[in-house]
Amino acid sequence: MARITLDHIRHAYGPNPKSDAAYALREVDHEWADGGAYALLGPSGCGKTTLLNIISGLLQPSHGRILFDGNDVTNLSTQERNIAQVFQFPVIYDTMTVYDNLAFPLRNRGIAEPDVDRRVREMLDIIDLADWSNRKAQRLTADQKQKISLGRGLVRNDVNAILFDEPLTVIDPHMKWVLRSQLKRFHKQFGFTMVYVTHDQTEALTFADKVVVMYDGQIVQIGTPAELFERPSHTFVGYFIGSPGMNVMPAEVHGSTITLGSETIALDHAPRIAAGDKVELGIRPEFIRIGREGMPVTVTRVEDIGRRKIVRANLAGQPIAIVASEDIEFPAEPRVTFDPGALNIYANSWRVGREA
Amino acid sequence: MEKTWNNKAWFLVLPVLLLVAFSAVIPLMTVVNYSVQDTFGNNEFFWAGTDWFDDILHSARFWEALQRNLLFSFIILILEIPLGIFIALNMPKKGIGVPVCLVLMALPLLIPWNVVGTIWQVFGRVDIGLLGYTLAALGVDYNYVRDPVDAWITVIIMDVWHWTSLVVLLCYAGLVSIPDAYYQAAKIDGASRWSVFRYIQLPKMKRVLLIAVLLRFMDSFMIYTEPFVVTGGGPGNSTTFLSIDLVKTAVGQFDLGPAAAMSIIYFLIILLLSWIFYTVMTSSDADA
Repeated sequence: MARITLDHIRHAYGPNPKSDAAYALREVDHEWADGGAYALLGPSGCGKTTLLNIISGLLQPSHGRILFDGNDVTNLSTQERNIAQVFQFPVIYDTMTVYDNLAFPLRNRGIAEPDVDRRVREMLDIIDLADWSNRKAQRLTADQKQKISLGRGLVRNDVNAILFDEPLTVIDPHMKWVLRSQLKRFHKQFGFTMVYVTHDQTEALTFADKVVVMYDGQIVQIGTPAELFERPSHTFVGYFIGSPGMNVMPAEVHGSTITLGSETIALDHAPRIAAGDKVELGIRPEFIRIGREGMPVTVTRVEDIGRRKIVRANLAGQPIAIVASEDIEFPAEPRVTFDPGALNIYANSWRVGREA
Repeated sequence: MEKTWNNKAWFLVLPVLLLVAFSAVIPLMTVVNYSVQDTFGNNEFFWAGTDWFDDILHSARFWEALQRNLLFSFIILILEIPLGIFIALNMPKKGIGVPVCLVLMALPLLIPWNVVGTIWQVFGRVDIGLLGYTLAALGVDYNYVRDPVDAWITVIIMDVWHWTSLVVLLCYAGLVSIPDAYYQAAKIDGASRWSVFRYIQLPKMKRVLLIAVLLRFMDSFMIYTEPFVVTGGGPGNSTTFLSIDLVKTAVGQFDLGPAAAMSIIYFLIILLLSWIFYTVMTSSDADA
């Protein structure tokens, strides 16, 4: 277990990158606290896996240093870093039994056989494969294989960190839930530093204490699930987190009012916007109310998702989504109001804070 | 799952069946026909029953040739399979080296058998051959025309040169199909180079290796052209394999009956041994 420091890490796959666009990781400068559970969330190709492989030592960063508990490990091999990593697709040693698969990382490190046996049996119970221990791993289902992969990652109790690279992609939805809860339990029980890569927001939000949102090779926000939801610091976070994502509309700020087409909303402060910035107003669909007051909208479509309804509407020429209760009744001329505390103002895609 | 019976499928395989009948079944049956009859020419045949089979199975000449075949195939397999795996493991996985290596590897396979034989026949000659002459100049007493051991070494090296590439290419195909995640996981698990080979590369190469072993066994057991060109079965009978003996009997002495009986025995031996290889090598799949 260790504190992991990423010191100005940049990485490009090709040699001699010329522009920022050539970097898979533009710049990451961040510290992962000892014993923290982090999720790395972002769309495919945003650099999540690159960052993970740099931490585990499978990749050498083009620039920057990695420190474990303050010690520079940038030039150490994966083995020397003592990291566990679970991959997207199950990696099992076909010819070995389930038991030997789990024992493999322990035996490779020369751990005494009685200890190996104790730890493997514990792990077999945890991943619920005790009845299969003497079976060849080859014939198992994808679920079971991935459980073995997870088990191999968790079986060593002295690792500096455990990294998960979208480990539940191949698992059935039902099993996903079970395994995720188990991972969460391990984390509480053993206090490993865990980094979990995913593009599934539910997975990220349920697993992690802190979610790191990546977009286009950089970290755009690090925060608790609540922070990401309420105060997305980049319009991308707004889109990406939440279902449906945040409504982001082009707007204009004049002093302490914001103008949306022909509608004007008063703000309780004057956001600092420089001339020429691209200004946008962001509001989550959960914080829009439909009623007889406010700004007129045209409802275009209503989607019933069970407990709630998602209303698609047009406001000042902009499509917006609104989350409404199941029993909503539309007035003849529907209007909407925004929850004033839930307004986010963005300049050039980045959130403008109150005091900014 | 329930099996569905659909007789229409037979019509679809009918053309292939006809083709196979003409190319394989009918010639084979002709051989069976010869093997139970005797002829003195003039297209007159007399029933001979199993006499020819008795003769063959009791002839020392046949058993000696069979032993030579078995020894030859054994040597070929223990040389070519490990060497092929070794080369495949050391071939580049990306970059300009890949096509270069693949072409170099494929070259020997593209050369016709009798040309391979001729190349080595000339190459090994003591008077004009590069290899034979050099060895003689270095004081090594090498002469494949006179010495049985030299003849064997020449034929074996020639076969290794000719066919190891096939094993390499098959193994290489197996190796490049292993996803990177396996190697990464092995690093994470702290596996040694040997463990990576033993638990990742070898199991993943198993299927192609099975094909490689079968092909190399069958081909080496049926070897004819190259030793025929290089040594002609000599010196003495030291490199007279079953195939060479068969041709001597059938074409040289024109003993159609014994030659046919021998062909069938030869065919059955290859079939049996291939089946044994296949069963043994696939049986480990079945447990678990």
